[in-house]
Amino acid sequence: MVNARGISLSKIMLILGLLFLYLPMFVLIVYSFNASRLVSVWAGFSTHWYSALFQDQQILSAVWMSLKIAFYSASMAMCLGTLCAFVITRFKRMRRRTLLSGMITAPLVMPEVITGLSLLLLFVQLAELTGWPADRGMVTIWIAHTTFCSAYVAVVVSTRLQEVDRSIEEAAMDLGCTPLKTFFVVTLPVIAPALVSGWLLAFTLSLDDLVIASFVSGPGSTTLPMVVFSSVRMGVSPKINALATLIILTVSLVAFIAWYVMRRNEKRRRSGRLS
Amino acid sequence: MNRNPIPAPLMARVRTLLFHRRVLFGIPFAWLLLFFLLPFALILKISLTSAVMAIPPYEPVFRLAENTLSVVVNFGNYLFLLSDSLYVAAYWGSVKTAFISTIACLLIGYPMAYAMARAPKHWQLVLLLMVMLPSWTSFLIRVYAWMGILGNQGLLNSFLLWLGLIDEPLKMLNTNFAVILGITYAYLPFMVLPIFTNLVKLDLRLLEAASDLGCRSITTFWAITLPSSKAGILAGCMLVFIPAVGEFVIPELLGGPDTLMIGKVLWEEFFNNRDWPVASALAIVMLALLLVPIILFHRFQSREMSKNG
Repeated sequence: MVNARGISLSKIMLILGLLFLYLPMFVLIVYSFNASRLVSVWAGFSTHWYSALFQDQQILSAVWMSLKIAFYSASMAMCLGTLCAFVITRFKRMRRRTLLSGMITAPLVMPEVITGLSLLLLFVQLAELTGWPADRGMVTIWIAHTTFCSAYVAVVVSTRLQEVDRSIEEAAMDLGCTPLKTFFVVTLPVIAPALVSGWLLAFTLSLDDLVIASFVSGPGSTTLPMVVFSSVRMGVSPKINALATLIILTVSLVAFIAWYVMRRNEKRRRSGRLS
Repeated sequence: MNRNPIPAPLMARVRTLLFHRRVLFGIPFAWLLLFFLLPFALILKISLTSAVMAIPPYEPVFRLAENTLSVVVNFGNYLFLLSDSLYVAAYWGSVKTAFISTIACLLIGYPMAYAMARAPKHWQLVLLLMVMLPSWTSFLIRVYAWMGILGNQGLLNSFLLWLGLIDEPLKMLNTNFAVILGITYAYLPFMVLPIFTNLVKLDLRLLEAASDLGCRSITTFWAITLPSSKAGILAGCMLVFIPAVGEFVIPELLGGPDTLMIGKVLWEEFFNNRDWPVASALAIVMLALLLVPIILFHRFQSREMSKNG
């Protein structure tokens, strides 16, 4: 009796928690189709704010800038994070391994204002000493994003690396594969799904970052979160609701595809085992 | 002595292998050293200078004039932080707000993670994706959503007025309540995730054994489930608490004039007052406050990252 009730209590909490997570986003989506500017008034269905969004040159160029930065940051973070995960999980007795693992886990929790400020000071000092970076912009944001995104990639990839069957790697090397070839032929195919999810995670993190980018950006490199932030500081804006709806729908679509692919692979693996 | 000397070609191969390892290790190490660790040393350095009207707006620590190198260290910024009650109040406000939000996340997130871990296997992935999905959309936009809900003419007030529960709008936006709600909302997925991964690994036979031995389910929960998910709870709390202390966006958008949080103060010192040395000193003190939680988190995370393998 008590058992059944205990479980249903946590189930109720799960449903309430999910409602709590999704209701505000649902409200944004509904009100992006509201003809009125006000949240409290429903003035009928309209797609006016979407056309206004697509005519806003400032938002469009910021979207393009953010997508470019996110693409480069995610790609670099994927390489750097994987390398980090690999050396931490495999090179157990390397000197300075503890320092490396400290530097890769700290960005996960480091308050953004601290990271942003510290990187800005670094770029200013570097510019003073070496003349590079002459002005701050896309490259400095790319470096900053790559650094903190690598930490997330390293976590995702290291979980997967621990599941890799080491005996297959050892067999490949016994049969004369070089370590490099072994990595590309044996290890990489196994951890590839983690690389994809790490890349996607890094991409969304970079796309979403406001604080760090604000510190290290310069004039002429305004990212989407900066435009959104300066607009919502003034209050609720229906154009931002429309933008939010597009973001939420895109992310949901990608998540759905990811779920579908994972489920299919799982099914295939199971049926493969049975036959 | 019967020790065979290692043949020279093998020795050479071992040496190249070790060299390759060092290069592989060196790339991420150098990157993080330059772009993560070194910047902290620079914050410390700048926090010991005094502000001037120049580009960059601080005085150099090392000065070379007439063949003498002089080192000028200024502790004034730290004394200034201590003497002005605004800063002390902001630190206290941040820690308090982050603490309350962390507890709220735990109280909501633990039962959620528990229900997810007990759900049938094919449901678990769907539920996990559903919990994490909001965190992959925009953080800024999720915080912004609450502005429309909590405002004086917002959805919640309109709804309560329509129900007749209140006669005039409640002031919810631009209060500390809104900040705590916003942090709880934004960080909830990061609490659920580590607790779920921890609970899902829990050996169900332990629970069966307990119930076979006549343990009531509530006792089982306190005696087995909760202690064995301790690591997940700790990780979740650190993932919420540490970034929440330095949070800027949420107090800026949902907080009011009386909301004092250190992330916001630092932002204003840097962007509005252009006082880089004071902003740096604020960051250093914040880091010192967060050092113990960060080390706790690191110990959990590095165990997770190199369990077997």
